[in-house]
Amino acid sequence: MNEDRIVASKDFTNAPLCLSGRHVTKVFGFGDKKTIAVNDVSFDFHEGEFVSIVGESGSGKTTLSKILLGLLNHTEGEILFQGQPRDISTGKKRNAYWKGIQAIFQDPFSSYNSFHKIDAVLLDCINMRGGKNLPMEKKIEMMTEACSFVNLKFAELTNKYPFELSGGQMQRLMIARIFLLKPKILLADEPTSMVDACSRATILDMLLQLRDEIGMTIIFITHDIGLAYYISDTVYIMEHGKFVEYGKADEVILNPKAAYTKRLISDVPKIHEEWDLSTVDLANG
Amino acid sequence: MKNTLRNIFHSGKFVAGFVIFVILLVTIIVYPLINPGSPLEQIGVGTFAKPGTYVSLYDAAKTSPDRERETLRLSDADDKRLAKALSDSDRVLMVEWLGLKGVDLEGIDYQDTEALLELWHENYDSTFKPKGMTSAAQKKYKRLNDALLDLQTGDNLTVMSEGETLSTIKKTDYVNVGTVTNVKLLPLGTDNFGRDVLKELVGATKTSLGVGIVAGIVATLLGLSMGLLSGYVGGIVDDFIMFITNLFTVIPGFILLILISYSISQEYRGPATVAAVIGFTSWPWTARSVRSQVISLRNRDHVNLSKLSGHSMLRIVVTDILPYIASYVVMAFILQVSSGILSEAQLSLLGLGPKTTTTPTLGLMMNWAMMYSAHTNGSWWAYFPVILTITLISFSLNLMNTGLDQVFNPTLRD
Ligand SMILES: Nc1ncnc2c1ncn2[C@@H]1O[C@H](COP(=O)(O)OP(=O)(O)OP(=O)(O)O)[C@@H](O)[C@H]1O
Ligand SMILES: [Mg+2]
Repeated sequence: MNEDRIVASKDFTNAPLCLSGRHVTKVFGFGDKKTIAVNDVSFDFHEGEFVSIVGESGSGKTTLSKILLGLLNHTEGEILFQGQPRDISTGKKRNAYWKGIQAIFQDPFSSYNSFHKIDAVLLDCINMRGGKNLPMEKKIEMMTEACSFVNLKFAELTNKYPFELSGGQMQRLMIARIFLLKPKILLADEPTSMVDACSRATILDMLLQLRDEIGMTIIFITHDIGLAYYISDTVYIMEHGKFVEYGKADEVILNPKAAYTKRLISDVPKIHEEWDLSTVDLANG
Repeated sequence: MKNTLRNIFHSGKFVAGFVIFVILLVTIIVYPLINPGSPLEQIGVGTFAKPGTYVSLYDAAKTSPDRERETLRLSDADDKRLAKALSDSDRVLMVEWLGLKGVDLEGIDYQDTEALLELWHENYDSTFKPKGMTSAAQKKYKRLNDALLDLQTGDNLTVMSEGETLSTIKKTDYVNVGTVTNVKLLPLGTDNFGRDVLKELVGATKTSLGVGIVAGIVATLLGLSMGLLSGYVGGIVDDFIMFITNLFTVIPGFILLILISYSISQEYRGPATVAAVIGFTSWPWTARSVRSQVISLRNRDHVNLSKLSGHSMLRIVVTDILPYIASYVVMAFILQVSSGILSEAQLSLLGLGPKTTTTPTLGLMMNWAMMYSAHTNGSWWAYFPVILTITLISFSLNLMNTGLDQVFNPTLRD
């Protein structure tokens, strides 16, 4: 774990708060079928911070992100938005909240309405940012800009249905959506699960660029601790719905304390070692 | 969309069902144009006239045989008439007699009426009484001989009016049916009230389809909106709607249907009311399945994304949920229509169907046939075509549904 980092992980402990949780718990089902997906977690995310939440499959990452987005009600605990208890009790308040917090969902294939052309997704974003009455040429210009930001050609995508796109194109289009919306907080749930290593670097670059341009807080959800180390300021390690360890990325990853973190780190494939044939004992292999 | 339509019309089952249904529809529309008038018009006083062509006896008799061009003389008419009148047992008796008389029976064809009669008249002798023949048997042969003579001698018929001979009809005279003024074609005979069953059936199919479609629309709209509300809004609304649908599963819908129909007084129980009642009692299963589909859809990320984009609940339901269940709703509608038609028939059989003096329904026709015991007096034409029509309608609708199912849920294909 000594690869180059693209950004030095900064200390955000004194930056203004944007999203916090206190003893947040989510229980699915009851009785025998009870699952505690998120178990009494507390956290503070700051403005402009790049936070990674790392955990294995089923550790509750997506559940927590849906709670943060206000798409799922938590069972217990409290969510604070900019230091104040979050109030999303009415439709109006929810819509105001969603102007400031946006998401890229884990599965790009289920993120699109298959009956709508993809232009609709981008047009929605322009409308949401108050561009409803802009002339069509202006809107097309904005959509073209957003697409080229994620290395897509709007002219090639326009009038297409989601099923005509590849998974990677769908994910990049979701980032184009964020580019148009420019929210204060972005929850990105495995946004690079469908793309090759090269595009992955581009996508991460784009996210960091957005962070720098508009001071966006990025909550990045991943199962890949190497990736988290590579880009984040702060990491939260999640195991069975609990945060077992958190802190500055380099501190946590270079000097892990929890056994779970150590295991996650040791599971990261070490390319050079694995593929160095000289270390393989051919006689016994 | 276009693609789906093409797939649908490539499904053999759907096309078969669709064709049957369209044929029924065309019949319903075209037949009344050919044969106008009320389907409940009483065309005759007799009940349960057999299917067939009815020719006015009066007109046929009055058609003058002198008008050469319109009549025909065929000499074999008499033989045919005789052949039909001569029963097999008569023929056996005749051959028996000839045997006693010592006629060589070799090469006698029982069915050759002419030859048989000729032999008979040559050999019959009322005084002949072989040994052992009782006088009862002798009298029997005598009676047979009289009857045979009668068959052959009954000569021309004379049509008279007020003592004046209008015309004489020979045994060999034929008349062209086309020149007889009054001919009535009754392909399915008449029912107990003397009404043309075919005309009644076409009218009844129209009303019953209407009842089914109205019931289907009511049930599907109610079921769809209840299912959407219940599934998407959840919470107490869901609990309440589920409570109602659970009630319906505990109390069978048909019992409820009977109770409601019974409580509506007869003068208000027209086809439209009955259709609405059927619709109101059959929405719960549509609601249940719509609900379960909505629940699995409402957590899909495209719905979440729509929420994050600030869309209203109505817009999300209409644009993000409805299109995904539309194909299902179409299928549910077809099933509701089919079961609506059956429900009407069942209700009417129990005498709780629409009370109408102007339009028949398939159920009412069954009800009348049953009340006037068509099934026990052998008048199959009064009920069998009705059963066949009901079967054909549900068969075609269910075929269409299976076809749609195979297109919409390709995994179910074998
Ligand atoms: N709607 C639900 N109903 C019941 N249980 C659920 C529901 N959603 C998630 N769970 C359960 O909660 C736990 C956490 O799920 P979650 O989707 O948050 O995991 P995750 O960390 O995102 O995993 P992955 O990396 O595979 O996406 C799992 O055990 C899952 O079975
Ligand atoms: Mg997940």
